[in-house]
Parts: sequence; structure tokens; C-alpha cells
Amino acid sequence: MKDETPFLRLRSVSKRFGGVQALKDIDWEVRPGEVHCLVGENGCGKSTLIKTVAGVHPPTTGDIEIEGRSVLPLDPAKAKALGIQVIFQDLSLFPNLTVAENIAIEDSLGPALKPISRRHMRDVARKVLKRLDFEIDLDALVADLPVAERQITAIARGLAAEARLIFMDEPTASLTRAEVDRLLAIVARLQADGIAVVFVSHRLDEVVEIAERVTVVRDGSKVGTWPVAEVDQRRIANLMTGLDIETGVVARDMSGAEPLLEVDRLSRRGEFADVSFTLRKGEVLGIVGLLGSGRTELALTLFGMNRSEGGQIRLEGRELDLRSNRDAVNAGIAYVSEDRLSLGVVLPQSIEDNIVLAVMKRLTTGFGLIPTARRKELAAEWVRRLAVKIPGLDRPVQTLSGGNQQRVVLAKWLATHPKVLILDSPTVGVDIKNKQGIYEVVAELAREGVGVILISDEVMEAFATCDRVLQMRAGRIVGEVVPGTISEHEMEERIYA
Amino acid sequence: MPERASSAFARWRRRPELWLLLVILIVGTIFSVTARGFLTLPNIIDLLETYSVQAIIAMGLFVVLVSGGIDISFAATASVAQYCAALLAARAGLPAPVVIVAGLTVGAALGCLNAALIHYLRITSIIATISMMSITFSLLMYFSGGRSIYDLPDWWTTRVTFYRTELESGDIVRITLPIVVMAAVALITWVLMTRASVGRQIYAMGGNPEAARRVGAKIGLLTFFAYGYLGVLAALGGMLQAHRVGESVPNAMVNTELAVLSAAVLGGASLNGGAGTVPGVLLGIVLLAILQNGLNLLGVSSYFFQIVIGITILVSTSITVISSRRGRRHRILGEEPANG
Repeated sequence: MKDETPFLRLRSVSKRFGGVQALKDIDWEVRPGEVHCLVGENGCGKSTLIKTVAGVHPPTTGDIEIEGRSVLPLDPAKAKALGIQVIFQDLSLFPNLTVAENIAIEDSLGPALKPISRRHMRDVARKVLKRLDFEIDLDALVADLPVAERQITAIARGLAAEARLIFMDEPTASLTRAEVDRLLAIVARLQADGIAVVFVSHRLDEVVEIAERVTVVRDGSKVGTWPVAEVDQRRIANLMTGLDIETGVVARDMSGAEPLLEVDRLSRRGEFADVSFTLRKGEVLGIVGLLGSGRTELALTLFGMNRSEGGQIRLEGRELDLRSNRDAVNAGIAYVSEDRLSLGVVLPQSIEDNIVLAVMKRLTTGFGLIPTARRKELAAEWVRRLAVKIPGLDRPVQTLSGGNQQRVVLAKWLATHPKVLILDSPTVGVDIKNKQGIYEVVAELAREGVGVILISDEVMEAFATCDRVLQMRAGRIVGEVVPGTISEHEMEERIYA
Repeated sequence: MPERASSAFARWRRRPELWLLLVILIVGTIFSVTARGFLTLPNIIDLLETYSVQAIIAMGLFVVLVSGGIDISFAATASVAQYCAALLAARAGLPAPVVIVAGLTVGAALGCLNAALIHYLRITSIIATISMMSITFSLLMYFSGGRSIYDLPDWWTTRVTFYRTELESGDIVRITLPIVVMAAVALITWVLMTRASVGRQIYAMGGNPEAARRVGAKIGLLTFFAYGYLGVLAALGGMLQAHRVGESVPNAMVNTELAVLSAAVLGGASLNGGAGTVPGVLLGIVLLAILQNGLNLLGVSSYFFQIVIGITILVSTSITVISSRRGRRHRILGEEPANG
């Protein structure tokens, strides 16, 4: 086993995009039939690494070997022919085609006038699904499948193309525990067939249970590869960030504070049900759940974007009837969305324009005009308070880094003087130092009496910043945890169990 | 049970041919009762011939719509190809095969130009084709001075009849060239889109372009095929139109854009790409044809027909939007957790 030729070997692979060094001297290998974890923070270069191996980006320098032979230059078709398949996070399926057509997509490729046999497609699909011991209606459209079955379809497509090595990008992000178990069973089957599987993730999760080795990537360099048994969650986190983060617990007992936002049996058909909690003045309340647990849907309803279909929301004892997000803003609720880039900022517009966007009405004088001086003053004040690093107030937001963009979004909402601030995954795509900065802002707001709801899928983040953490799964609140009363590890167990 | 209902709704939306057929039957029944002369074989055959040109072009537009694009310039392309061919035939006196090939080549070239703008310059298809429509049609009007060509050679304007029969009523029924070409084009398009690699790849590209690129479909070639095919069919339609009326009028095809587009959309082609079938598009044409003809026979203003076209586009696209909005609410909510 030790002397085996690795299936895939990278020799000092580097990749530059213009002035950005995305990968630096990566030496890496994947053995045949191995289950390997590739972890790193967002933007650390792991996607670039997969795309390089999949032939999407040619490496700037270095060599890629498959079974000991150099395979450069590589293009996507050649990589596929060599048995490398990537299951992207979005799965790259065709929603308008049937399961059989998706799995046997290779049948559709080739010369323009090549005849298509539906029977052959169905045979291919049936055979592969049988290998996976899984049944999906072959004639169903992929658009109609639940996420877990889509994932199986994507895996089946990789297998149908004679995969030897399958990359799975964040495969468990939107699956329930039972579905993850099924996925792991499938991976075990693949492994038995000698197919190597590489899980790519920004955290260590369930997949670690069946992985043999884990490789950590940081800032485009490989930090190292370890047998899974030798590392734990904290060690990996430290290796990923390069910082020895001491997650001190900040949880305070806020049960004496005045109730601010009371949510009573809030429901919305198909999205969440019977959600009840109380947020107190100055409290930081975490809502932790996986992607697809209904956490974002809940936030959108609290912010008036989607109407609730049952239950009540009371703010300072007064019942709210939120018909739109304007009602929510007027009532004093602000929401920093998960998808910062498409929902939170107007990228081409200036920093100043973005910050004053939500408070236009307040700035407007009796004549319906907005005095430039007041706009500037307000924007400058928030830039200073949040320590946003900017080249100038008139520069477009798209010129800023992720962390600073996030601060601009925060500034926009803080300018509305919210009583309740909902932060949905505020640190996704933000590097560790800026994360710390955002946590400090949250803590300061809480000291000023703002109630903060922090939605996250990172247990560590919630553990280190929240007074209380609610656990959400499949549209319901399933538990409440006070950080410190149990350890982070225990909390992790509970949430992912 | 709302889940069931919404999936039934989705399935219903995905088989627009079925409800289209239903609507056609209802409308047809109403007209056959109210409008004298509607449900007669000669009238139906006559309708088929009248709409053959639009049906041929609709086949091409359908391919472009499936690929995820749109083309507004086909009427201009048809006019330009028709007029160029007419010049070659009437002024240069070239023989039929040369003229026909030249006309189709002009159509293919204009279609490929659209594809180049869309694929290489990444111009949104609606913008690229609106601009091309404006440019090519204006060039045509400038160089032709708007003058029609009346002296088309006999081989072009002579009516070709494949089958002819006389009914007991004394009416004569003819299956003519446009009808036969329409049937052939529909069949070829159907085979290409359902039974050949290129068609399946166009569906895949319309469904998820990024995924199509990742599995190794050649997006550029597919784009050229889709717009080039529409260009060829537009040219073919243009030449057949001149065949039917016996002359080449530069602006004769203008304003057919909306009718052709609505036929395709009615037949289930989505403006988001990846959806639609040949039978659906044909049924869309049939519905528009009987609506126009029936309203004509009833003596209703032709403006009313334009209103109907507008409404059908609105209704069928809103159905698409509404159902996709429903689809977005995912099944997150799990079962009630068991106590304990």
C-alpha cells in the first residue's frame, strides 16, 4: 500500500491569474481508491486547484501526473478521458433534461448528426444507479428532484463517464444527516471499486468519518497532509487560518434584559414551522443550521421580504404586520443578507451611495432633495466607525476587498439605526482578520443595546460571538445552547448529529 | 397536499401541447358554429398554406429559443435573402439552383453574424439581433429604394401542386409546395432536436450553459448552428413568400416577428431556454391561424387579432414565471420531530 504509485500527483504546481498568485508550488498526491479531504478557507485556492486538475485552468508552472505519467497539457475533455470527474457544488446538472439524459450526457456529445438512442441512455443510467444501489425515476426531470437525489444523479453521471477520481465540492452542504449517511455509503462503494474520492470543503464535517487523509490549503499553498486520526477540528481550523484562534466564550446571561423581539410560532408553508424565540436588548442570538435548514427563509420573513403564514412577531411588545421590507426597516429591523454580492451592495456604485441607500428618506429635505454635505458626512462617519479601508468615498464598492465590502453593507444598515440587526452568514468569503473585525462590531452594537441575530453554519463562529445559540434543522428550532455550558465540540456534535 | 397540486401544475406547464390542443379544439368548435365556411377542407388547407412561411421560420426560432437565446432579426434576414435572390434571378438571370443556394447562403451568413456577435462579443442576443435587424433592413431599403421586383422568373412564381382533388361541393383542394416544404422542415427540425446529438446539446445548453461547457459541449459551435439554422430557414421562408405572392417586396415580411415569436412561445418554448417541442410550436401556429381566420370570417377588426397575440404572449410567459416562482419554495420543512 505504501509503495503504490499515486493515481494523481502534482509536482510544484503554481497558477497565476494576472498579478494574483492563486497556487504556490503545490505538491500533492491522491492514491487509488483513497478517500481524501481537501480543506481550506474560502478563497484559499482549493477551487483553483480542482479546476487545474480538471483541465479548466492550465498550471503556470509545475507538472500533473496520472499514474506516473505527465498529462500536460490538459483540457477538460482530456481530464475526463483520464478518469477525472468533478462534482461541482452547483452539481452542473441540466434541470430541463431527464435523469437518464443527465447521467448519460456523454451519449449526447460528439458529432452534430450522431443519432441518439434513448434506450441506450436509459440502459447506461440504470446500470450506474444499480451500481450505486439507488433508485431514481429515470424519466423524471432533474428540476423536480430533491437536492439529495440531484446529488446522486451528479455522482452517477461521473461514474457513467468511467471516473477513477471524483472531486466532490462541498457535497454535504445541503443534505440532511440521513442523506449524508447514504452519500457516505455510496462513497464506500466507490472506494471498493478502486475509485478515489476527494472531498473539498471549507470545514471538516461528516466526511471526515470515512476519509483517510486530509490536506489543508492556505493562501494558495499546501500546509500539509495528515492522516485524519492525527488532527481534530481545532487543529484543522488553526492550520486553515494560520492563526491560533483562542475562542474565548463571550456568552452573557441576558435573561434579565428587556425583551426586544418576540417571535411566536412563526410559520411559512414549506419553509419553516412553529419558530418561537425571544431576542433581548443587547443580546447576540445565534441561529445555527446547515444550508437549506430554513435559516435564511426565516430571516427573510423577519425582514418582511416574505409574508409569514402563521404566528406573530412582536417588537418591544407591539405586534408587527410586516408587508414588505420597508415596513421592517421602519420598525427598526435591518438585514444583512447572505448573498452580499447580489443583494447587499450595488457594486458599480460608490461607497457613499451604498451607505446612504437605506436612509435616503431621512436625509431628504422638505423639497425632496438630498443635500450632498449631509450624505458625505453620514457616509464618512460610518466608514470611520467601522474602520472600512477605502481609497475614497466616491470609489465603486467593487474595488474593495470582501471584508471591506461586507463592512459597507453593515454601514448601510447601521445608518438606519436598527433596533434589531439580522446578520446572515456575515463572514462568508471574508478572511480571518476581517472576520475578527466584524465580530468586534457586533459586540459593540450589542453593548449599545441593539439586538443581534447572527445566522451561521459555522459552529465556531456562533460559539465565540453569541450569548445563546438556537439550532435549526429542517425548518424548525430543534434546540438551544448556551456557549460555555457545553464545549464547542459538544455543540458541534449536537448540530451536525 | 399542496405539493401534489404544484407538481401537477408543473407537469401541466411542461406539456403545453396538451392544453394548446384543448384550446384549439374549443376555439375551433366555437368558430365552426359561429363562422360559416370555417370548418371546410379548402379553408383549412388554405390556412395551412398561408401560415406555412411563418411555420417554417418558427421552426428556426424555436431552435434559437431552446438554446437560451432569442432572435428578432429573422424577418429582416428573410427580406434581405429574398431580395438578393430576386435580384440574381430577375436582373442577372441566373438559374434556379444557383439562386436558391445563394439565397440560403445569405440567410446562413446573416444568422452566423448574429451568432458571432453573441458568442465572441458576448452581446445579449436580443440586443445583437435588434441591432442587426435595424442594420440589415435599413441597408435593404436604402439599396432597393423600397422598389419591389415584379418580374420574377416563371420557375419561381409558378405554382407547384403535389396533390389535387375536387370535392363534391366543387371546391378544389391543392397540396402545394409551401405546405410540403413546411412539413419537411418540421420533420427535419424534429429529428435534429430529438434524435441527433446536436439537438440534445442545444437543449442541454439552454438548460444550464455553464454545465454544458463543463461536460465538454462546444458552446460556440452550437450557437452558430442555432442562429445559422434560423438564418437558413428565414431565407427559405422569404423565398417561399415571394413564390406565393409572385413578387419580391422589400418590406413584405416586416411585422411577422411578433406572430412567429408568439407561436413559438405558445407552443412551450421558454424565453429562458431549454424547453419546447416541434409539435408544440406547430400547434402554436395552428392556434394563431385559426384565431386570425375565424375572427376574419366573423368580421372582427384585425387590430383585435393583434391584441389577442399580445395577450397570449403575456399569459403564456406569466404562467412560466409563476410556476418557476412556486418551484423556488423548496421543500425545507421536515417532519415534526418525534417527542423524546
